[in-house]
Parts: sequence; C-alpha cells; structure tokens
Amino acid sequence: MDIASLSIDSIREGLLSRRFSAAELAADALRFAEAANPETGAYLRFSPERALASARRVDERIARGEDPGPLAGVPVAVKDVILTKGVTTTCGSKLLAGYVPPYDATAVVRMEEAGGVILGKTNCDEFAMGSSTENSAFGPVRNPVALDRVPGGSSGGSAAAVAQGTAVVALGSDTGGSIRQPASFCGVVGVTPTYGRVSRFGLTAFASSLDHIGPFARNVKDAATLLRAIAGRDVRDSTSAGVPVPDYAALPGGGVKGLKLGLPREYLKDLKSETGALISGGVDAFQRLGCEVREISLPSTDYAIACYYIIATAEASSNLARFDGVRYTSRSASSETLADMYRNSRGEGFGAECKRRIMLGTYVLSAGYYDAYYLKAQKARALIAGDFARAFEEVDAIVAPVSPFPAFKLGEKVDDPLAMYLSDIYTITGSLAGIPCMSVPCGKTAGGLPVGMQILATHFGEPVMFRVASAFEQAGGVN
Amino acid sequence: MRITEKEVRYVAGLANLKLDDAEVARFRADLDGILEHMDKLNEIDTAGVEPMAQVLFGQAAGLREDIPEQPLGNEAALANAPRRGPGYFKVPKVVER
Repeated sequence: MDIASLSIDSIREGLLSRRFSAAELAADALRFAEAANPETGAYLRFSPERALASARRVDERIARGEDPGPLAGVPVAVKDVILTKGVTTTCGSKLLAGYVPPYDATAVVRMEEAGGVILGKTNCDEFAMGSSTENSAFGPVRNPVALDRVPGGSSGGSAAAVAQGTAVVALGSDTGGSIRQPASFCGVVGVTPTYGRVSRFGLTAFASSLDHIGPFARNVKDAATLLRAIAGRDVRDSTSAGVPVPDYAALPGGGVKGLKLGLPREYLKDLKSETGALISGGVDAFQRLGCEVREISLPSTDYAIACYYIIATAEASSNLARFDGVRYTSRSASSETLADMYRNSRGEGFGAECKRRIMLGTYVLSAGYYDAYYLKAQKARALIAGDFARAFEEVDAIVAPVSPFPAFKLGEKVDDPLAMYLSDIYTITGSLAGIPCMSVPCGKTAGGLPVGMQILATHFGEPVMFRVASAFEQAGGVN
Repeated sequence: MRITEKEVRYVAGLANLKLDDAEVARFRADLDGILEHMDKLNEIDTAGVEPMAQVLFGQAAGLREDIPEQPLGNEAALANAPRRGPGYFKVPKVVER
C-alpha cells in the first residue's frame, strides 16, 4: 500500500471494497510513519494502541454493515497542544514533558467518532508560540520538502507529517498563522476556520480571543471533510458558535466564474520577491477561471503586528499562569517557599520565547500601561476587523499571500524575535478579525520551495472559501 | 530607551518568572525593540472606537444548561501532580505556625 499518497476517498473505497481493513491500514501506516519520522522529526511520539483500537472499531462498524463514518480508517496526526486522554501531551514544553491528560479535546473525540485513527502527536513551538517550530523543547522539525529548512510554525510537525505522507490529515492550532504558514511552507492545505467554528475544549490556551483548531490535508476536499467532522457547538466551550455546519466537502459545482475576489493592495506593496511573482501568477489563474479580481484596501494593516503582539501576549501571560508547578507541570527541585517554587519552576521550565511573551504580556497589562497598550490594541483590532467587513461588502473572498518568503533555513532567524514577528503580517490580520482563512499550494520557487495562496472569506464563509480553493486546486494553481 | 533592567525585574516578579542576569539583559533589549515597534499604534486615531474584546459575541453558544455532570474525579485530577498527599496537591509551607 502506498501510504504517502492515500486520500480520505481512496481509504474509504479500499475499506468498503474490502481490499484492506482499517486495522491493516493502521498497522501499515504506523510502520511507515515510524520508519520515515527520523528524517523530519514531525512526530514527538506515536500512539499505536489507541490507533489500533480506533481502527478495530471502524472494522466492526463495517462488519455490521454500518456506515463507518466520514473519516473511516483515516490516519491522523494531532498537534501536541491538543489533549489526548492517556497519550502524553507536552505542548512542546519541558514543563509538560510527562503530562498525561485525563480527558480528550472535543475535536479529538469528534474526529475519532467520525472514524479517524490517531497515529501520534506532532511537534510544535512551545505552547504554540513561534513561526518555525524551532521553539520546541524537544528539538526542531525539518521541512520534508527541503530538510535544511524549517517547516514553519507553530504547527510545523502536523504540516510536515501531512507533506511527508506520514499522516493523511492532521489537526493543528492557529492563533496568528500557525496553520496557514506551515501549510504554505510545506506545500499542503491548511485551514483556520471562523473563530468559534471548532470547539477549543482541550486545546491548551495560548490567546483565547484568537485560538483556533483546524485541519491540514493534501487536498482541499480532505481538509473540508475533516473540518466538517470536528466543527459545531460544544457545551464545553462557551465561545463555540451555534451556527449550523454545512457539508463543506459536498461543494456545489459550477466553479467560480463571476465570483468577485479582492486583492489587498497593502499586502502587495512590499512583496517584490519570487513569492510575489507566484502570487501574481495565482491571481492570473483566478482570472482565467472567470473570477473578477479587483484591488481592495485594508488600510489598518500597518498596525496589525503591534495590535496582535499586544493582545496575544497579554492573553498568553494570563493563560500561562496556570503552569506553576502545582497541578500538572514539573516542579523546581529546590524551593523553600511557595513563591520561590512558582518562580523557579516557571523560570526553569519555560523556554526563551515563552518567557519573552509572558514578559511582554505582563508589561502591557501592568499598572499604568493598560490603556496605552492593551485597550489601544483592542480598538485597533476593531478597525482591522472593520476593514474586512467593508471589503466583504464588495467582494466574495479575498486572495493574498501567506508569508513574505518561503521556508527559511533552520537557525536563520532565531536571534531576531521582532523580525520573526513581522513575518506574520499576512496571517494575523485574518486572525484578529476572526474570519476563516486558508492556505492552498500556489506553485514553487525556482529552488523548489512551496508557496501558499491565502483565501479569506467573511465569518462562517467557509463554503465560498472552499469553493475558491477547490477551483484553484483543480486548475493546477499557477503551474 | 523604553524599558530599563529594573522594570524588567519588576515585571518578571509580577509574572512569577525567575530570570538570571543574562536573561534580564537580553529581554530588556528584546522588549525595547518590540515596544518601539508598538509605538506605531499611537499613529492611529481610535477616538470613538469601541474596543473589540470578543469576535462573535452574538453568535457564540453561550453558557450550557445547568445540568450536573460527572466531574473529572479526585484521582484523575491528581494524577499529574509533582507532589501530592491523599486527596490534595502538596506545596511548600505557606503559613508559619
């Protein structure tokens, strides 16, 4: 069986025609992934017992003549910030090196109920803070497309597993671009759904007003199928939306002729590189498909980085306060007092990027600075969201780059945190507005590095976003 | 200079984060650069703009019905504790007798 080229449809066909069983597929997929993993380090650990138990349930359903579910037998990788009961979940942090969650994230429960088979947990930046996966306490991940380069981040392991073929689909999380940017760097599809579309129960909180769970896949349809399986209201997450979930994968035919696509001029002014040329080629492809592409303006874009890194770090400084050496994290060995125990456990346990963000977030929330930074940023956020709301009055979707550059070399940017933050410019705007956005492959540079095209739609506009992405994919992107 | 080493140490105290001297120096420089970029926000006029604290307040599901559920359970909640006693988390002594 060619594990690396499986799709949800081909697995379903194989299972229902009895060419293979889900248990056989799970065993083969685990063997393949374990053998291939040392090349990239995408997985931190495998969960063979859980995978085989899930696969056997799928086989039993098939034997009973029941529908085995939309993800029947599909090998899935799960980012290590998403809790899996009984399977160690570290968030890429030394603090949680031995943490075994007592419950599952809702997205994990729903994915398994739909027939999905979790092969293992994937590496990521510590507590999802980073754009390269180099901030993991357990070493970096290598981009399967170019092994001397990063896979992007923070969901770098999930993107790399799907690109390498060691998972068919994967779950990641996105706060400011952590699904779209690694999808772009690894040449796969990555979706950040509307804020509230997927329950965050069991997702380790980074910035609660910005956190999302979303899918990675090798094609648009598989991403849509996985999203549908995990989306919808959850009583355990009061921010989950009570909006009905359509069947994203049953996309209406008829293509995208006549759709109006917006191209934000603020995103293109500094994009003169090879990435810019590929995005231009992608825009031409949309025009060939019959879309009407028009330039739009998102005038508050310039303030997005400052706005995002104030709000995200402020929320993170609060969310990460729970990792204090009492309930579930490792504890510093030598502390006489409770206060010292907190300080030492956190000081020894958090990596540099987490400390930097906790410091920044604590600073902007501290007495005398709250109005100047946090409140000002929340107002700027309203302006950024307003830019998008106005744009969607005149266009059906927005197309844009994902990252200013393709995958960079390991170690190339680790010493310049501000430069790393600035590279998130094209993804954080959509995150701040809470709209659905995705990355779909848009060709490769002369050096063979993938570049992603970002497609953004209005709140709960996933159907039109997938329709645009699917037409682009079928047209072959820019190639 | 937007932030001093003294302020860095003060903020680290608020965050319950022990930093060594090298970290204090490094984070002072890092935060200084980042805060300088954040001054950009002063360029925009936000008079009369409502702060955006939530994305979709109206469409969020809101609170669930108040129906009792089985809780996690004492044993499961304590399973990952670095130190525990029977039924509780153990921490260094807080109050002197």
